[in-house]
Amino acid sequence: MTHKLTNAQIAWRAAQDIQDGAYVNLGIGFPEMVAQYQPPGRQAIFHTENGILDFGESPAKGSEDWDLINAGKKAVTLNPGAAFFHHADSFAMVRGGHLDVAILGAYQVAQNGDLANWSTGPKGVPAVGGAMDLVHGAKRVAVITDHVTKDGKPKLLESCTLPLTGVGCVTRIYTSLAVIDIVEKCFMLKEKLPTLSLADLQAVTGARLFTNGPVADLIVPEL
Amino acid sequence: MDKTVSSLTEAVAGIGDGASVMIGGFGGSGAPIELIHALIDRFVATGHPTGLTVINNNAGNGHVGLAALIETGMVKKLICSFPRSADPVVFTELYLAGKIELELVPQGTLAERIRAGGAGIPAFYTPTGFGTLLAEGKKIEDFDGRSYVQERWLKADFALVKADLGDSHGNLTYNKAARNFNPLMCTAAATTIVQVSEIVHPGAIDPEHIITPGIFVQAVVQVANPQQEEVLNRAKAVYPEVAQ
Repeated sequence: MTHKLTNAQIAWRAAQDIQDGAYVNLGIGFPEMVAQYQPPGRQAIFHTENGILDFGESPAKGSEDWDLINAGKKAVTLNPGAAFFHHADSFAMVRGGHLDVAILGAYQVAQNGDLANWSTGPKGVPAVGGAMDLVHGAKRVAVITDHVTKDGKPKLLESCTLPLTGVGCVTRIYTSLAVIDIVEKCFMLKEKLPTLSLADLQAVTGARLFTNGPVADLIVPEL
Repeated sequence: MDKTVSSLTEAVAGIGDGASVMIGGFGGSGAPIELIHALIDRFVATGHPTGLTVINNNAGNGHVGLAALIETGMVKKLICSFPRSADPVVFTELYLAGKIELELVPQGTLAERIRAGGAGIPAFYTPTGFGTLLAEGKKIEDFDGRSYVQERWLKADFALVKADLGDSHGNLTYNKAARNFNPLMCTAAATTIVQVSEIVHPGAIDPEHIITPGIFVQAVVQVANPQQEEVLNRAKAVYPEVAQ
């Protein structure tokens, strides 16, 4: 693989699809980067499972309030208009279809929209957190991920081999090489890096890529 | 009516062997560290309680609070969603050695099971977990063309809760995101024991601002300037301070 997007660039691309005023939940870790790349003039409202709407950036070191953290247990601040609520209300927002977008990481995504992102197998201590809830209810469930695993194996597959987080839940995938929608249990290619041929992309994808109309160039700034 | 108790020792005195105990908090935020440490103190002094089933979102961090409670060996089973943290060594070692049971529950399902327990709803259906390992053995039903998993309520003998203001009726407010599971657990335990930063007179909290009405609370104890798990862990604190 000669060229691919960095994590920051994948996050930037995902951020371009978030509308002003959208209610958004970003998964712990890599997906949190999406918040940094909101287009000028747009302000999404970020939800965290532990009971805050409209939290802002991290506070300066030394001024953390440990009663004011996000789902990743990192200290945050509040934007004007923020709200607190308990955990059942928080997950009512999630399951009840009130969030516009949830953006999650992935170990594997299947062509029917199945997602595996919580367990790499029976070894160690299992932990699921809010992942299984977040994949249900948001109007769009997007995944951001490298196109392949660290050892080069496809992460986009006909069916997942790792334990599932949710069935048929993913609607769009932003990878280091392409933007792909899930349409009627198929991977529908929307954008790809202009330097990459369709055949090259197909070679690192574990299920057939479909197109409906022209595939746009995936153009992302240097970050 | 006066639900206030004068000491942490008195507050946790009724928790017996084999009890189920909900412990509020999400990580360190909203964790009732002093109540947990009072329970550890009782165990160190008397050898009781043991065989506890603990319900919390996590499995503790470092060697204070919930992690310290687990480290004593008082906990036989943990019901939680995310038993990982910056320093999860206490739970991890006991779990991998087969010395503590784990019931893993998706976070929103955990919250709703506790809510249902407090609301007298024995079971409910959720899309969460359908088609996954965590739905195995559970009843599945279709509603309006979609499949849902039946989940059961969760109740406990005791809840240990951290709040901000409390009055003698047990009315409570919380501090910021330290609310999290605390108000739910208040409703779902037979005996809810709350540590508050300040006990105020009835009427001092505007009724419009009360988050947990006192009907859900049995005991209130004042802990001014409560400790934060995150701060203790950054100082590499260990509880109890003198090991063995």
